[in-house]
Amino acid sequence: MRKLLQRNEFFLAVLIVALGLGFTIANPKFATIGNLMDLIKSYSFFGILSVGVLVVLLSGGIDISFTAIAQVAEYASVALILQFGGNLWTAFLVACCIGTVLGAVNGLLIHFIRIPPIITTIGTLNLYYGILYVLSGGQIIYQVPEFYRALAGATLPGNFPVLGAFWLGAVILTGWILKYSVLGRSIFALGGSEIAAIRVGFNILKTRLFVYSFMGFVAGFAAVVHTALVQSVIPNSIVGRELDVIAAVVLGGANIMGGSGSLLGACLGVALLAMLGNGLTMIGMSSYWNNVMIGLVILVGVTASAIQRNLQVRRRVANLSP
Amino acid sequence: MRRFLNSHRELLALTVVLLVVLLVMLLLSPERFLTPNNLRSMAFQLPEIGILTLAMMVAMLHGGINLAAVGTANLTAIITVLVIHATAPMLGSEWLAVALGLGTGFAASLLVGLLSGFLVGYVGVSSILTTLGTMTLVNGVCIVITGGSTISRVPESILFIGNGVLLGIPVPLLIFLLCGAGLSLVLSRTVFGFNLYMLGTNSEATRYAGINNARTLLGVYLASSFFASIAGIIMMARFNSAKADYGQSYLLVTVLAAVLGGTSASGGYGKVIGVIFAIVMLQMLASGLNLLGVDPFFAIAMWGAILLLVMALKHFLRQRA
Repeated sequence: MRKLLQRNEFFLAVLIVALGLGFTIANPKFATIGNLMDLIKSYSFFGILSVGVLVVLLSGGIDISFTAIAQVAEYASVALILQFGGNLWTAFLVACCIGTVLGAVNGLLIHFIRIPPIITTIGTLNLYYGILYVLSGGQIIYQVPEFYRALAGATLPGNFPVLGAFWLGAVILTGWILKYSVLGRSIFALGGSEIAAIRVGFNILKTRLFVYSFMGFVAGFAAVVHTALVQSVIPNSIVGRELDVIAAVVLGGANIMGGSGSLLGACLGVALLAMLGNGLTMIGMSSYWNNVMIGLVILVGVTASAIQRNLQVRRRVANLSP
Repeated sequence: MRRFLNSHRELLALTVVLLVVLLVMLLLSPERFLTPNNLRSMAFQLPEIGILTLAMMVAMLHGGINLAAVGTANLTAIITVLVIHATAPMLGSEWLAVALGLGTGFAASLLVGLLSGFLVGYVGVSSILTTLGTMTLVNGVCIVITGGSTISRVPESILFIGNGVLLGIPVPLLIFLLCGAGLSLVLSRTVFGFNLYMLGTNSEATRYAGINNARTLLGVYLASSFFASIAGIIMMARFNSAKADYGQSYLLVTVLAAVLGGTSASGGYGKVIGVIFAIVMLQMLASGLNLLGVDPFFAIAMWGAILLLVMALKHFLRQRA
C-alpha cells in the first residue's frame, strides 16, 4: 500500500478519476461510452507517438524530430499510393520504413558524432521538414485513398475503435520489448548510466540505434493513423506538436534524464490531457482555457515529483548519518 | 598566434562558414545580394530572432533551456498593447499609456521568469520540464486574454522601435547590438556572469564553493525573460500587432542558432559574439536563398544541415586535437 502511494501513476489515476467524476456531474454526457470511444479514437495518434517518446526518454535521450518524421512518412506514403496505387498494408509498410530509416539517421548521428540528442534532433527536425516542404511544394492533399476512411470508421466488437486498438497494440508490444527482451533491459541500463551499461557489456550502439529507429517506426505507424483521423494531408499539421507529446509522457512520470518511467504512466498522461481537452469543452468552458489548465497541471506535477525526490534524498542522508 | 587560434577556434570556424556563405551568395547573385535594400531588410529581420536567441543562450549557459521564451515575448507584446488600449482614453496622454503598457508588459514577463527561476533554482525541477510547463501556461494565458485573435492598432509613437532608423542604423538592430553588448559585459565582467559559467560547468562544485546556485538560476530566468520581452516589443512594433502564436517557429531555431554560435548545450560555455555571428549567417542564408527565388523552406533544411555539419566538424577537430 505504501508503495502504491509513492507511485506517480497512482496520483495520476486518482486525478483522472476525480476529473472524470467532476465532468460527469457537470455534464452527464461525458461518461457515455460513445464519448469515451471517441476520445480514445481521436487521441490514438497522440497515444501511439507517446509510446515511442517514452522509449527514447527511458534511454536517457530525447527526440524532437519525431513530428517531422511522421510528417514525412505521412506525406510520402499517401503521395506514393496515389501515384502507384496500394492498400492499407502498403501504407503501413512505406510509412514505417521511412520512419525507421529517418530515426536510424538520428541514432547514428547521436552515437557517432556525440551531439546531445536534443540538438541533433532539432537539426534533423529542420532538415526533414524543410526537405519535405521543398519537395512537396507545401501542397495539401485533399483526397486521400478510400481505405483511410474505412480504417477511421472501423470498430472491433464492442464498438471499440480499431485506431484505439492500434494504440493498445503498440503499448503491449513495447511493454513486452521493454520487460522481457535483453534489448529492452539495455534501454533501461543505458538510461540509468551509460558508463555502467558499457561496463556491464551492453552494445550501446545497438541499443541507441534501436531506440531512435523504433521512435521513427512508431512515428511512421502513427502517421497512417493520423491520415485516417484527418482524412487529408497537410504538410504542417503535425510539426509543432512535439512538445505536447513529450509533456504528456513526462506527466506520466517518465524521468527526462532517463532510466525510469512506465508505459502505464505515458498512457495516463495522454489520458489526462485528453480528458482536460474534451471535458472542459463539455462542461461549457471555452477551449481557450485548455493550455492554461495543461500548463498548470504540468507545473504542479513536475514540482510535486521534484519535492518528493528532494524529501527522499534528505531521508536517505538522515539515515546514513548516525 | 597559435594560442590565439586555439582559444578562438570556435569563432574562427564560424567566421570561415560565414565567409563561405557570403561568398556563395555573392557568386550566385552579385547584383542583388549586396544592395542597400537587401542589407536593410536583413537588418530589420534579424534582431527579433537575435534577441530571442540571447534569451535562449542565457538559459543554455547553465545547462538548461528556456522553452517559454517565445511565449514570454508574445505575452509582453499582448499585455502592452492591451494595457495601452485600455488606458489611453482614460489617461488622455498616449505617451503615459505607452509607458504604463510597457511597464505592465515587462512586469508580466518578469513574473514568468520569476516562476521558472524559482522552480529551477529553489525547488530543483529540471529546466526543460519547468519551461515546458511555463511555456504551455503562458501560451494559454495569451490565448485566453486575446481570445485567440490578433490585437492590432499599436500606437504610432512606439512603431519606431520596429521600423525606425537612427543615424542610418535600423532601430531594432541598434537594440539588438545594445542587448548583445550588455549581456556580453554582464557575462564577462560581473560576479553573476562568472558564477553562471561555473554553475554550468559543475553545479556541485559551485555549491561547495559557497556560491548561491539558486540565486544565480533565478537571475538566469529573469534575464532570459527580460530579453524575450524586448524581442516581443520589437515584433509587436514590426508587425503592428500582437498575437498568441507569433514566432512559434522561432523557438527551436533559437536553440539551433545558439548552438551554432558555440553555446554548449550542456552548459558552461558560450559567448555572445558567437551567437551574433551565427544569427548573421542564418539570416544571410535565408535572405540569399530568398533572393535566388528558392523555396524559403529550403533555408530551414539548410539550417538543420549546417547545424549537424558544424557539430560534426567540431567533433572531428576535437578528436584530432
